[in-house]
Amino acid sequence: MKLPRAWVLALGFTLALLAGCHRDAQPAWRLTDVSGHLPDLAFKLTDDNGKSVTAADYRGKVLLVYFGYTHCPDVCPLTLAQLHVVMQRLGGKADDARILFVSVDPARDTPQTMHAYVNAFDKRAVGLVGPDKDIEALAKLLRSAYTREPDKGDGAYDVSHSSAIYLFDRDGKARVLATPSASQDDMVHDLSLLIDLGAKA
Amino acid sequence: MMSRPSLLAAVVAAGWLLIAGTAVAGDADAVTASNAWIRVLPGDLPAGAFVNFTNASDHAVALTGASSTRYGQAMLHRSSTEGGMGRMETVDKLEIPAHGSARLSPGAYHLMLMHAKPAVVPGDTVVLTLGFSDGSHKDVTFQARPANAL
Repeated sequence: MKLPRAWVLALGFTLALLAGCHRDAQPAWRLTDVSGHLPDLAFKLTDDNGKSVTAADYRGKVLLVYFGYTHCPDVCPLTLAQLHVVMQRLGGKADDARILFVSVDPARDTPQTMHAYVNAFDKRAVGLVGPDKDIEALAKLLRSAYTREPDKGDGAYDVSHSSAIYLFDRDGKARVLATPSASQDDMVHDLSLLIDLGAKA
Repeated sequence: MMSRPSLLAAVVAAGWLLIAGTAVAGDADAVTASNAWIRVLPGDLPAGAFVNFTNASDHAVALTGASSTRYGQAMLHRSSTEGGMGRMETVDKLEIPAHGSARLSPGAYHLMLMHAKPAVVPGDTVVLTLGFSDGSHKDVTFQARPANAL
């Protein structure tokens, strides 16, 4: 099909306008935009230094929230290693961001084990633990899910958990969602944009 | 010049060597392992082991497990993040196709190593004995790397 030249021009102009409007309203995210689709971050948990913390303690920082557990030998370390590389690639800017690794295995994960674990990946990573009900509340808030698989007989068990990484802006608002298979370039791109957004005055 | 009986003996011996050779040379010998490494986690947390395989033979070969004097237990696992859920399952084998390759890699098939004694730290080398479905074995040296290695 061949469109008349005027139509092509008009169409191009409209698209350019739309793109322009879109850019003004929203940063050009590469990951899944969830702005307005999730509640603001809220929790009351214990950090890996044994200190009681709430989401308000992290206001002013861009947050990457990820659920997992320390007895997870593959997926969790892989994701945290990838997040570490993303942080490294941001250079000094990464100091304005924190990785919050939330344990879905309160029975085995203590602040001490979490401390050693998160620091093996990145010095800007924080491990969060809490009683089942508080972890459940946060998971529910973020429409996340986790289940404990049956005991294998020797006290060992696996935990299935949402593998998404939630990115929050400095005001605790959910902005984008990444999967563990997201490209590092896209993660670096969006995290950098989020840090540049700054906090509300 | 050999006498007739000793020539016969040599041929028979050679034949036996050949047969013995094939019996010993199981699937393990057809497999080449490379880039073998372990992601070391703090404390006594289980570690993941990863390696690339190529199979030079004209039949498929299956890795069925591993053992090590350094670890209390080694299990063949597969992780996945299908449907947005991270999970792990025990599997029986990893098949390496004829004249092909397969690998144990982060986020997919891997060996889960538990209860290291003494503790394994980044920089260590650890020998794992890999077992194949025909009963043959292969010792492979794995490099212990830090938790955040990619």
